[in-house]
Amino acid sequence: MSEGMRNGWELVVGLEVHCELATQTKIFCGCRNVFGAPPNTNICPVCLGLPGSLPVLNEEAVHLAMRLGMALGCSVEPSIFHRKNYFYPDMPKDYQVSQYDQPINVDGSIELADGSVVGIERAHLEEDTGKSTHVGGGGRINEAERSLVDYNRAGVPLVEIVSRPDITSAEQAKAYVNELRAILLATGASDAKMEEGSMRVDANVSVRRRGEPLGTRCEIKNLNSVRSLVRAIEYEAERQIDVLQAGERIVQETRHWDEAGGRTRPGRSKEEAEDYRYFPEPDLVPVEPDDAWRQRVRDELPLLPAARRARLATAVPATAGVALVVERGLDDLVLDAIAAGGDPGRLLTHAEHNVLEAGALTAESFAALSRMEVDGALTATQAKTVLAELVLTGGDPAAIAATHGFEALDESYLATTLDAIIAENPEAFEKLKAGDGKVIGFFTGQVMKATQGKADGKRVAALLQEKAKS
Amino acid sequence: MAATAQEIAAAIAAGQRRAVDVLDEHLAAIGARDGELHAFNLVTTEHARADAEAVDRGERPGPLAGVPVALKDNLCTRGIPTTCSSRILEGWRPPYDATVVTRLRDAGAVLVGKTNLDEFAMGSSTENSAFGATRNPHDVTRVPGGSSGGSAAAVAAGFAPVALGSDTGGSIRQPAALCGVVGVKPTYGAVSRYGLIAFASSLDQIGPFTTTVADAALVLEVIAGHDPMDSTSIDGPAPSLLEVLDHGVDGLRVGVVRELLGEGIAPDVRARTEAAAEALAAAGAKVDEASVPAAIYGLSAYYLIAPSEASSNLARYDGVRYGLRVDAANTAEMNTATRTAGFGPEVKRRIMLGTYALSSGYYDAYYGKAQRVRTLIIRDFQAAYEQFDVLLSPTSPTTAFELGAKTADPLSMYMNDVCTIPSNLSGDPAMSVPYGAGADGLPVGVQVMAPALGEPVMFRVAAALERSLA
Amino acid sequence: MPEITRDDVAHVARLARLSLTEEELDLFTGQLAAVLDHARDVEALDVADVAPTAHPLPLRNVLRADVPGPSLDRDEVLAAAPAVEDDRFAVPPVLGEEP
Repeated sequence: MSEGMRNGWELVVGLEVHCELATQTKIFCGCRNVFGAPPNTNICPVCLGLPGSLPVLNEEAVHLAMRLGMALGCSVEPSIFHRKNYFYPDMPKDYQVSQYDQPINVDGSIELADGSVVGIERAHLEEDTGKSTHVGGGGRINEAERSLVDYNRAGVPLVEIVSRPDITSAEQAKAYVNELRAILLATGASDAKMEEGSMRVDANVSVRRRGEPLGTRCEIKNLNSVRSLVRAIEYEAERQIDVLQAGERIVQETRHWDEAGGRTRPGRSKEEAEDYRYFPEPDLVPVEPDDAWRQRVRDELPLLPAARRARLATAVPATAGVALVVERGLDDLVLDAIAAGGDPGRLLTHAEHNVLEAGALTAESFAALSRMEVDGALTATQAKTVLAELVLTGGDPAAIAATHGFEALDESYLATTLDAIIAENPEAFEKLKAGDGKVIGFFTGQVMKATQGKADGKRVAALLQEKAKS
Repeated sequence: MAATAQEIAAAIAAGQRRAVDVLDEHLAAIGARDGELHAFNLVTTEHARADAEAVDRGERPGPLAGVPVALKDNLCTRGIPTTCSSRILEGWRPPYDATVVTRLRDAGAVLVGKTNLDEFAMGSSTENSAFGATRNPHDVTRVPGGSSGGSAAAVAAGFAPVALGSDTGGSIRQPAALCGVVGVKPTYGAVSRYGLIAFASSLDQIGPFTTTVADAALVLEVIAGHDPMDSTSIDGPAPSLLEVLDHGVDGLRVGVVRELLGEGIAPDVRARTEAAAEALAAAGAKVDEASVPAAIYGLSAYYLIAPSEASSNLARYDGVRYGLRVDAANTAEMNTATRTAGFGPEVKRRIMLGTYALSSGYYDAYYGKAQRVRTLIIRDFQAAYEQFDVLLSPTSPTTAFELGAKTADPLSMYMNDVCTIPSNLSGDPAMSVPYGAGADGLPVGVQVMAPALGEPVMFRVAAALERSLA
Repeated sequence: MPEITRDDVAHVARLARLSLTEEELDLFTGQLAAVLDHARDVEALDVADVAPTAHPLPLRNVLRADVPGPSLDRDEVLAAAPAVEDDRFAVPPVLGEEP
């Protein structure tokens, strides 16, 4: 339940996520699958839908779709392609080749970082459309004077991942998208960049009073970021509750998120209901992966984020930070550093707070750094400085500490220094002996001053307590 | 009779004739009579001359070196207008060659022009061309058949010894019969469809028109064989046909299909079919009556399946990327204005029929049912081929009819294809062999059908029929 | 099988982006009805247990390697287009969103 949900209402969300697969070439032809090329340079008779051209399916697109499907726990099925017929200038053939009633992947699920599970209905293959730019009228589609079409994107392989309506809050939707993105990246199926459109999210949103059957849903499009997704779901839920509480009905429709206005708006209503006249694509043949192919894909499957989180959690003392560390892909580094004798707690804390990416940092140097901290050879502040340098340039943490003058203050030097300061400040030391803890700060400050900040504050405090008791 | 492809190729290879002289003879024939027949939409004199000169320089060796070939104007030719005899593609120059065109060129053929057809290959008389009807060389008041009427007429008139056509429901065999030439529809998938502008993708096949069975074998050996650009291309080499032509029919089991000799077949056509069966029996074949019960449902299934696929294949002619555009206030209206102006009535009829058969609520009753009937037809053919090596029937129910006789009644026109459609639905090979004349003195064709990849036995029987007339 | 009506024909014409005159509507309705009426002969067939054939060939898994091939020359392609602007295909305003 979203915190914003009003009393007695439940939110029901299902997400449809389109991801461009990270292939070299398009799904049905040898044109390059790249983002940002000059307009209409990656086009050929096939992806331009020229008369007489025929599609031939890209093996790697099937392979990546299968790998993603297995990562989502789907069953990989024999599949065929259909034609979805509708006119739109983005679509060179005026039909989209897509999987319909026999998709390649069915029935999976995603376990989110909070342990909740969202079902996956299907993850099917299809071709992307071209891209229109609307000219005049401020670029808004409904006021444009004309549209300009670039077909570079037409025929880029897509997987559409359709969730079950298991999502009950905007935050959970966000977590789902983040988790899905992590899986896409882990499997190498897609670069999953929402800002470049290689990952696009539509949300089916409905509300109901608790315990009642599913309400009428609206499909929200034009969600260009996870932030938009969250805002749009929250807005749409409130809107629908308002409508229902006013005694009106929700109209099933497509609505568009208006980022600037912070609201969803109905799409232009069509004269007639769409009738896509799906039928089996006669230019393609069925895809029926054999056991050997399935096994090959299964063998390549990397450890997935949920399993990586579980693995890391068992190796470190606290679970906070585990999800973030896995998301940053630092879990292998932390685990290797633990194996190399590093301190699990300090390694996790650093990976969570002080390392955005591994850079030149090796497991050995990371482990050594954490040991220096434990041994008191470095303070936490010093360790952070050394770590930043290890990420940037690599090297030996002890050597880096030395160049910064972070050489180890051995215990006897610290004791000698402290004794001298106690001798200079007998009244303060008497207060400490009498149990006045406030003077610890004073002494620590003096020691830091004398050692140019190289002393470990905690160690100073401990030594003082010892001396006060003796 | 003008020289055959084999004779021309042999004479040129032997240095007895020059390719340019052969070309000039054929261009002269075209010049003398094509004004009356209108077999060609375009004669590519300059290209052809350059090709012939290259042959004469010894630069283009091959089994068809110097042989003039005409192409149905729905086969893409790079830089050369390819119209499908439709206003909507008028002036379009494809940026690529169909695979068959590449193979013909590689075999040394000299491409003399693009032949007329029923618009988008929809018709049985070549009267549905936007550029005017083609006339039958045997009687210019009669149709040449269709849809490949231009190719059939070109070969019959001696404009070229070889022409290619496409056959979706009989569009090679029926005009071959009406024009008195040999016409072959190969096994579905034997010849690449890449670059053939689609009518109905699961039925379309490219094949040759020639004056002799041996020439048809020669051409098929050149154009058949696997093409990675066509997913439905059979993975194997082209069949060896020339070497089997004189193997005779002794002991072959020939079935005369009862269902295709019944109602609607003109008595003189039936008589010629029976004569052909007797000739085969005389040559040693075991001839008997065969039954393919579901064949009588072929027409019904075909006129649901082919328009359905066509309605989708022809959606791309929308005025956006190539061909005709009729401007309008918005893209949807521009699409409509363009298609309304660019397509002729038969094309519109079939697009609407197919759109209807696929539309929501009717799919199961029409398209779905037709696909199941298709299965029945395949089963019945398979059962028949357990008893027979080849099947025999008339190609067309009648000899060539008069221009305009059937244009007002689409159904009566569709009935022309009743004998040829079943092999398109089953995907099996079939060919029409000239077998004398009807009561009106016009040519009659006999159809030889064989199981999938049964071209060798089909050609043996065709050659035997040809010999029996000699 | 249902009888095709004039409204059905008008509806499919709109779906197929074709505009028909009143006379054409009448003519086509009659012609399509005749073809569909002929197709009624298959009604007698019990095909409930017969699998549909979408395709005459039993081919499976026809795939191509993920290797880039040549693309077309943009100028050649755009030269065939009815209208071009900024190296893109230009069309009049598009009303309504992509489904």
